[in-house]
Amino acid sequence: MSTESHHESGSGISGGGPAEADNAADRRARRILFGCAAITVLTTLAIFFVLIDNAASYFFGAKVTEMLMGANPERTVTFTEFFTGTRWAPDHATPAHGVLPIVFGTLAITVGAAFVSIPIGTATAIYLSEYAPASVRSKLKPTLEILAGIPTIVYGYFAIAFINPVLVAPIASALFGINMGRYSLLSGMLVVGIMTIPMVSSISEDAMSAVPDELRNGAYALGATKFDVSTRIVLPASISGVFASYILAVSRAIGETMAVTLAAGFTANLTANPFAEIMTMTAYMVKMARGTTAVGTVEYQSLFAVGLLLFVMTLTMNLLNDWFKRRFQEEYR
Amino acid sequence: MSTDTDTDLFSDVDLGWEHLKNRLFLGVIFAASMFGVVMLALLLFDVATDFYVGLTEYNISLVDFFTRDGSRREELSGFRGAIVASVMLMVLVTILSFFVGVGSAIYLEEYAPDNRITRLIEANLANLAGVPSIVYGLLGLAAFVNGIGMGPILLAGAIALALLVMPIIIVSAQEALRSVPDGVRNGSYATGATKWQTIRRVVLPAAIPGIMTGTILALARAIGETAPLIMVGAIFINRMPYGPFDRFSAMPTTIYNWANEPSQHFIHLAAVGIVVLLTFLFVMNAVAMYIRHRYETEI
Repeated sequence: MSTESHHESGSGISGGGPAEADNAADRRARRILFGCAAITVLTTLAIFFVLIDNAASYFFGAKVTEMLMGANPERTVTFTEFFTGTRWAPDHATPAHGVLPIVFGTLAITVGAAFVSIPIGTATAIYLSEYAPASVRSKLKPTLEILAGIPTIVYGYFAIAFINPVLVAPIASALFGINMGRYSLLSGMLVVGIMTIPMVSSISEDAMSAVPDELRNGAYALGATKFDVSTRIVLPASISGVFASYILAVSRAIGETMAVTLAAGFTANLTANPFAEIMTMTAYMVKMARGTTAVGTVEYQSLFAVGLLLFVMTLTMNLLNDWFKRRFQEEYR
Repeated sequence: MSTDTDTDLFSDVDLGWEHLKNRLFLGVIFAASMFGVVMLALLLFDVATDFYVGLTEYNISLVDFFTRDGSRREELSGFRGAIVASVMLMVLVTILSFFVGVGSAIYLEEYAPDNRITRLIEANLANLAGVPSIVYGLLGLAAFVNGIGMGPILLAGAIALALLVMPIIIVSAQEALRSVPDGVRNGSYATGATKWQTIRRVVLPAAIPGIMTGTILALARAIGETAPLIMVGAIFINRMPYGPFDRFSAMPTTIYNWANEPSQHFIHLAAVGIVVLLTFLFVMNAVAMYIRHRYETEI
């Protein structure tokens, strides 16, 4: 996505020519079109407002809007408990509001997925950019695009119907003697890793292809081999673009919902055991939405507290991604 | 490119090791490149076999599958209500997002001055594309389902999906408008046309194929989105919706429900549902590609 400013063309003629009615129509069109563009900004503001408003009632017992109308805030859930508690069960008879287990679940999936998608995606990018003959390239690229276009629910099905019972469960029982259930952390890591390979490979490949040939030829002139050129010239030269792709993949993994829900399950566990069932932040939201959660209950409000945390996490990642992308564009202009 | 060096000159360099290193490296990255391909093949193979086993061993009849709605009982379950809901969603999402999306693109490409507001809109678009889809579901739930009291109806799901695909439509429409050469615009101005007349009668007709392609691909994304629909309450509904104000469960949410059931029969129903969903996706992509190739050489 380039955000280059588009220079207007040929609009230096104004007034004197066309009739008054045409100019009025022109101004009206311009206003309406600006309104359309403003809707996207409104969407962002609405997301912020809805998340903060409802999360406020989770922490303070009243929405921001209600407080402005004169409601008295009372602490229902303290930030200390929320951020440091190790039990997450807002819907229990004895509720606990420690968000750590599900944050940990999300981070475990993300780190595991990164171990799959980053090395494989980077290697694929190097192959496509430096080694692949045109015939292989023209087949491999569309194949990876298909991988990116498959809906996440299909990956979830792949995890619950194939990866977990056919790949992971036999390993668990043969090597560790563990009888696994339908869900496991490891399946979630694998399936999210597979999903994010195309993102890493295509964006990294774009970055590597942008490295000027002078650098490659300079290295060859000094007697470098193709391996040296790929790893010591092209990769370092495109590193900020490559990093941007990693961050994007991580951001996607944090927000991933259907695949992790079907792969890793619904039990909030503070564990890094790859064969255990865990719950991510997104899986918790799905679980709440599946239940009949009445508006105004603590469970309903907890949805938005978790949603806000998720939104902040992905927003941070996206801003980092922007920063790396900009750095990369500055290098090769 | 071979790097044949004169071995006499560089007798101190162990070229054998260099060659081996290069070969090993190529082997490793080629294997890594094939990993994704193998996984895609496995996924498609798994869905295909489950589809086949569902039809043969679980006696899922395709006729029943397309003519029955969902049901608590596995042997009575079908996909009709889900397909109808998904098609209705697509129509509504198109109505809600196409005009606003294309309008935004026209503003940004043709009208927007290079100032802070424009840059804010552009940066905001880039960030909206990175917002997890489940968050759009939360927005739909809080603002429309409960906020203005819509309830979990088809229209609420369509609004959430329309907001989700809006950035994609805008960016692809911008690219289509950018590909219209400036000479065409200047020719129109030379005849005394205003900016808006130029856009409406010259630029848009030239950019329409690109805009259509981008929109269809965005809809293909929307048809597979599950999380936002679950958040607005499109789940556990078996009836077929008759209009935008009915409760519904679309294709992906129905597949999710089936895949989550412990019974093998339901799992195989999910596989048949996935084949239908992927067929939809395939057709949409084929149409988009056809439009792209058909009009590529127009200008």
